[in-house]
Amino acid sequence: MSFGQVLLVAVLVLPALGAVAVAATPRDRAARLVGTVAAALTLLAAVPLVFGGRSWFAWSAGAPAVRPWHELDLPWVPGLDLRFHLGVDGISWPLVVLTALLTLLCCAYTLWRVPGGGSGRALVALLLVVEVGILGTFLALDLVLFFLFFEVVLLPMYAIIAGWGGADRRRAARKFALYTLLGSVLLLVGVYVVVAAAGTADVVALTGGGGLSRGTQIAAFTLLALAFAVKSPLWPLHSWLPDAHTQAPTVGSVVLAGVLLKMGTYGLIRVAVGVAPEGARWAAPVLGVLAVAAILIGSLVCLAQDEIKRLIAYSSVGHMGFVLLGVATLTTTGIQAALIGNVAHGVITGLLFFLAGAVKDRTGTGSLAELSGLRETAPRLAGLLAFAAVASLGLPGLAGFWGEAFAVIAAIQVGGPLWTTLGVLAAFGGALTAAYFLRLLRRVTHGRPSTAVGRVGPALAGAELTAWAPLVLLALAIGLAPALVLGVAEAPVNALVGVILP
Amino acid sequence: MNVVQSVDSVALLPAYLAAGTAVLVLITDLLLARPRATVVVAALGALGTAVGAALVGAGGERRTFCVGADCSWIFGGRAALVGAVVALLTLGVLGLSVPALRAGRSPVGEFCFLLACSMTGGVVLGAAGDLITLIVALETLTLPLYVLVGLRRGSLASAEAAVTFFVVSVVATTLSLLGAALLYAVTGGLHLDRLGALLAERAELRDLPLTTAAVALLLLGLAFKVAAVPFHAWAPATYDGAPLPVAAYLSTASKLGGVAALLAVVQRALPADQTGPVLALLAVLTMTVGNLVALRQRRTVRLLAWSSVAQAGYILAPLGALALAAGRTVEARDAAYAAAVAYTVFFVVLELAAFAGVTALRPAGADGGTLDDLRGAARRHPWRAAALGLALVGLAGLPPGLAGLFAKVTVVRALLDGDAAWLALVVAVNAVIGLAYYLRVTAALWAPTPAPAPTLPGGAAAVPLVGVVGVVLAVATVAAVVLGVAPQLVLDLAGR
Repeated sequence: MSFGQVLLVAVLVLPALGAVAVAATPRDRAARLVGTVAAALTLLAAVPLVFGGRSWFAWSAGAPAVRPWHELDLPWVPGLDLRFHLGVDGISWPLVVLTALLTLLCCAYTLWRVPGGGSGRALVALLLVVEVGILGTFLALDLVLFFLFFEVVLLPMYAIIAGWGGADRRRAARKFALYTLLGSVLLLVGVYVVVAAAGTADVVALTGGGGLSRGTQIAAFTLLALAFAVKSPLWPLHSWLPDAHTQAPTVGSVVLAGVLLKMGTYGLIRVAVGVAPEGARWAAPVLGVLAVAAILIGSLVCLAQDEIKRLIAYSSVGHMGFVLLGVATLTTTGIQAALIGNVAHGVITGLLFFLAGAVKDRTGTGSLAELSGLRETAPRLAGLLAFAAVASLGLPGLAGFWGEAFAVIAAIQVGGPLWTTLGVLAAFGGALTAAYFLRLLRRVTHGRPSTAVGRVGPALAGAELTAWAPLVLLALAIGLAPALVLGVAEAPVNALVGVILP
Repeated sequence: MNVVQSVDSVALLPAYLAAGTAVLVLITDLLLARPRATVVVAALGALGTAVGAALVGAGGERRTFCVGADCSWIFGGRAALVGAVVALLTLGVLGLSVPALRAGRSPVGEFCFLLACSMTGGVVLGAAGDLITLIVALETLTLPLYVLVGLRRGSLASAEAAVTFFVVSVVATTLSLLGAALLYAVTGGLHLDRLGALLAERAELRDLPLTTAAVALLLLGLAFKVAAVPFHAWAPATYDGAPLPVAAYLSTASKLGGVAALLAVVQRALPADQTGPVLALLAVLTMTVGNLVALRQRRTVRLLAWSSVAQAGYILAPLGALALAAGRTVEARDAAYAAAVAYTVFFVVLELAAFAGVTALRPAGADGGTLDDLRGAARRHPWRAAALGLALVGLAGLPPGLAGLFAKVTVVRALLDGDAAWLALVVAVNAVIGLAYYLRVTAALWAPTPAPAPTLPGGAAAVPLVGVVGVVLAVATVAAVVLGVAPQLVLDLAGR
């Protein structure tokens, strides 16, 4: 086994072993520490995946469109066309690192504060299992394996929401589980529509259509896109998201918004568009219209929200709309915008949920009506909230800008009345995004301190700063140097676009 | 003509072993009259039968009782699989019933004897090569169960369950027999392969209305046995009234027997263009009705019963692909049969684990109780609850219950290979409905107990674990985990 293959396996095995070790450690605090160490080791294994393995051959007609830097391919269940085929490339690596980072931050945060409801030990173990599922989804290069990891996430996340969530957690958790299971069973059918027609489940071989007929591709794309639209989520299949995000504990919301949603958009790019390009071209206008509808409706709903976590949750619907618009254009610019939008949203929304959790923990309320004047009593917390909100609304120089701007540009570049209109409407949606985030800031940080805010002290705990600082820095770094993400993604995206265009 | 048939006793060895077990149990009970010895003899006999079936099956197909090319006893790969699994399930059920037997709720000798008789039926069933052997074997499997269901002393529910089961089952057998008789009238054959060949060759026979009626009657009779909707009404009442281990047997070994019988006639004897649409319809109805009604259940065993009705739908679903022309190519047909067998094996392992989990969490000899009785069980018995949770999640078809996930994957794959995408979508949607109630039970296990509830007898207090039940639970759980990691084992066996 090469070093890269060892790393690939380590990225999945470390959190899995970590979860077992956490469950086996009897003392609660020691167990959380063990979990944090496992998450840190996972991040250490994920980062060096970027090195080596790029000695790929020059562009040629016969070259496959997916050229992983590192690859591991073992037979598992031949009877079901299932191979244990992992690989990482420029499309998946940023998401892998983001997942490892956010899980580490969540575990570290749990060291400091365990949400009420259950033991911190169980929570950390579940977080690590969720991490295994998400990382596996990003690394899988076999459709059936992809589906398998997609499913792994479901129940642990259900348990996190149902065990440690807010007042209405059971209903929210059940809704999350049933909705997303609906998505994954559609994925299962879609995957086997492809496998039955192509006779293989290998993503590398299938990317670009793999000789599937037009009818099969349209059927497969419809099923797969529906599956990923539930997960992303795309309007009108988003209604599980606000409840789940609002009720989940802080770390649950961070993982949900930060990386869980990315499984949908990543799947759309890698699996749905990659495997059924003709279907994607057929469905692109519908996808684009829905994406812009999501942007506009998400923004408008945000303008009317009165609960801070719910507002941030709905803002995810809008942001993922930009990502999906980028994918729908099926151009290099658009897909790159989608990738960087994905990463930026993970970083910024992760930070926003941490901050919203901190505000709720301190004041005991998330209602905008009862929050005001935070900058008077907790200036640093208010400053960070302002930073995250401004980053999220897409201020140039911060991470949120690139994804939104280039999604709009890609839509305009495609041209034609439809896409131009979509681009203009999306840009208008971007302005609405600014409006609701500024409204949020005005309500929460400005004005005279309300009674709930009056009790808050200015201090921030060391653990909080540790958890937030990397996200603040990343939001700045990606904003100033988008090449961090785009540089590694450029070649694979070019290769992908090369095979999906007729 | 030689009137003396040569009999291949090696091929018959598993049947000898199973029947021998029953006789030995009876003698042991009469001579020694020590419950422990009786149970041990039955257990060893079941284990021996499983080993015998596996060994004989490993040596290639053996046929005996032949008239020309047609044989009444064909012991091949599938027969070995069915025989071994039935014997192992019997062993598991025997283990689960130890607490109830020890508590004196049922007479030990009779219980073990009847269970061994039923096992004999199951072992013979897999190898049956003609309709008479098949139906007699199925009856040998079912007949002892009428008594076993009603064997709980002083329980009215148990007696009611037994009568319900008896009446429905007899009607079903009558239908099957009528169907078999009509088929004989049309074709003059009773051997499955011969029937299959005759009906395939002579299209004019297939087009006779009488043939259609015969096929329908035979299928419907067998559908009763697997509790397929609309012939399912007996199952929930019977399961709930029966002692827990017997309910476990009904929903695993008995169901496996029904599936084996159904597969035997569908695969070998009956024309696919006539059985396909019927089976597709049965599958859709069974899974949908089973899941929807299970949503409303408050009693644990009733919920498991309805869920097992729904699971029968998933088992039948791959056969529904035969309804379409594309599903009748040789590969697609074989894939469909193999998928049905594989699903059944995954299912019975998980179902046994689930029943073992419920038994382990309930006081000795108690019935399944309501879901509230299981509430908060994980706080008192984390390991037993975890095993039950794993089994339930597996039945729902989700990780970490990988065995169940692969079972669903197998079915969906077989359907799409047969071009029956609409049926695959029905299965998919049903999996979502199924999760709703499995999740409710699983979540209840970990839910906080509302308040100390002294009114619930046995519900709130810790339940001491009977060693044997613990072993059965552990073995079934380990088997489920192993099958989850290496599903190819089952897929290989099912495809033979």
